[in-house]
Amino acid sequence: MKYKLGSFMVLALMLVMSGCSSSGGSKDGAAGIEDKGTGADGGAVASGADGGTDYSSYSLDDPNSPLSRRVIYFEYDSAEISDSDQELLIQHAGFLVANPGQHLTLEGSTDERGSREYNIALGDQRALSVQRILELNGVAAEQVTIVSYGEEKPAAEGHSEAAWRLNRRVELVY
Amino acid sequence: MTRIVKLLLLVCVVFAAPVRAALTIEITQGMEGAIPIAVVPLGWRGSAAAAPENIAAIIAADLNRSGRFESLPDRDLVAHPVTAEQVKFQNWRMLNVDNLVIGQLEEMAPGQYSVTFELFDVFRGTRLAGATFPAAARDLRRVAHHISDLIYETLTGERGAFNTQIAYVTSSGSSKNKTYTLLVADSDGYSPQTILTSKQPLMSPSWSPDGSRIAYVTFENKTAEIYIQEVLSGSRRKLASFKGINGAPNWSPDGSKLALTLSRDGNPEIYVMNVEGGDLKRLTNSAAIDTEPVWAPDGKSIVFTSDRGGSAQLYRVSAMGGSAQRLTFDGNYNAGADISPDGRKLAMVHGEGGRYRIAVLDLDSGLLRVLTDGQLDESPSFSPNGSMIIYATGAGNREVLSAVSVDGRFRQRLSLQAGDVREPAWSPFGE
Repeated sequence: MKYKLGSFMVLALMLVMSGCSSSGGSKDGAAGIEDKGTGADGGAVASGADGGTDYSSYSLDDPNSPLSRRVIYFEYDSAEISDSDQELLIQHAGFLVANPGQHLTLEGSTDERGSREYNIALGDQRALSVQRILELNGVAAEQVTIVSYGEEKPAAEGHSEAAWRLNRRVELVY
Repeated sequence: MTRIVKLLLLVCVVFAAPVRAALTIEITQGMEGAIPIAVVPLGWRGSAAAAPENIAAIIAADLNRSGRFESLPDRDLVAHPVTAEQVKFQNWRMLNVDNLVIGQLEEMAPGQYSVTFELFDVFRGTRLAGATFPAAARDLRRVAHHISDLIYETLTGERGAFNTQIAYVTSSGSSKNKTYTLLVADSDGYSPQTILTSKQPLMSPSWSPDGSRIAYVTFENKTAEIYIQEVLSGSRRKLASFKGINGAPNWSPDGSKLALTLSRDGNPEIYVMNVEGGDLKRLTNSAAIDTEPVWAPDGKSIVFTSDRGGSAQLYRVSAMGGSAQRLTFDGNYNAGADISPDGRKLAMVHGEGGRYRIAVLDLDSGLLRVLTDGQLDESPSFSPNGSMIIYATGAGNREVLSAVSVDGRFRQRLSLQAGDVREPAWSPFGE
């Protein structure tokens, strides 16, 4: 119970932080990045304060739901998921467990540096990292499909770290 | 029936070829010590006022593109001999050209031609080579490249690679609405033919050793799949569409197998598969990334990229499987290898200090040499004679192709008038 409450606080904090960083990122023309949850509203979703989160009440259409955050970002040449993103993925896992008919595609991507097929492999590793967390939290294997686009489908155009950090990602596509 | 279908496909491919997609070539770094050569415009005998093709210009451009020759500009040509009897060697000696090419283009029947060339050593005053070729109008460029090959081989002792092709991928349109095209063009950028067009990414073209087929990766079904396509007929079939990655196809030297990357067993590993399908054999087994396999020319081993040591480096494994041996130690990123036709050099993407450039590793000496000076160079591919490496690089905000001599001294750029071009794959020698 305590763990759950803690994780929501981390989540709320993370949403505040991501809200800040995304305002800078959008100047670079970051298309398709969903980042609607503001800190205050995002935290207010934490109905799980009493311990039992009712994931079945989560809606994919609710911009204030943690599920509206559907992009996980990565460091250069890494498939490691940050602690805060792990908490976010636990929310998605809860939703998928509560909705066993729901399907999810994980689209792994990289920045443009390095060779193209290596980047396909790296994007695959990133999507696999996300899938592992979802499955550890009870999501059935059949609910999740992985595809890696490597550097072929950048979210942001450009040849600097500002674009690259937005492109090193896994998109959760419901 | 299938013959008719193939014929129709052929017609479609030919007519679909967009002329605007032609690559233009610009020499960006000249070479000291290029051999001066004069290529005299060929004499023309035919019904039309002008020759249907400027054969001499094609030959001169080929020789210049090799970096080994520097042709005399047309305005400096002191005479226009057509036959050996008309050549006055002292004229050419004064211009300090080592070699002279002359010839004649003759119309034998409507649309049918005969091309003759002769190559001379100006200082010795001797004839080094010469031949006559019949050609239909559409074959004139090919005959010109063949003559370039003969001249190049006579003067350098190395087989020429002008009568070859390059496969490459272009993308155009906005990021939300991109069109990806796989094309094949002559090695001088002319005669581009569209092989495949898709709204989803196309990747990793790989030529069969006989040059008749290309394997590639397509995402047209929203997942990675490997297809094999006949270059001339356009007919194709799906070879691999396992769960996860189906990537990095590379033909065995005997043309019977493909090495490829699959993640069907959980993470990216190298496999070998029969070209006709089936007989899947896994070569690597690590929790890390293993990808980008390339066969050694003797077919006995495969070089690939792995990050099993903590960063991407090149390794070699027997084509029968077994333990892998690390090949690269300089730099924190070495990936996307191609092996030279003699098996003694590896070209790769070499990452160091935040830059990604093309480097060549001499496998005998272990020496690594950086050949290019871009920020994001990738996809190196050896010419079939091993003298040049074509690769993808950035120019401003666009992706273009460049070619560099294996010694790094000569460079040229190949770009489209619009859009990005990348993932070049140089064809093997023609028959």
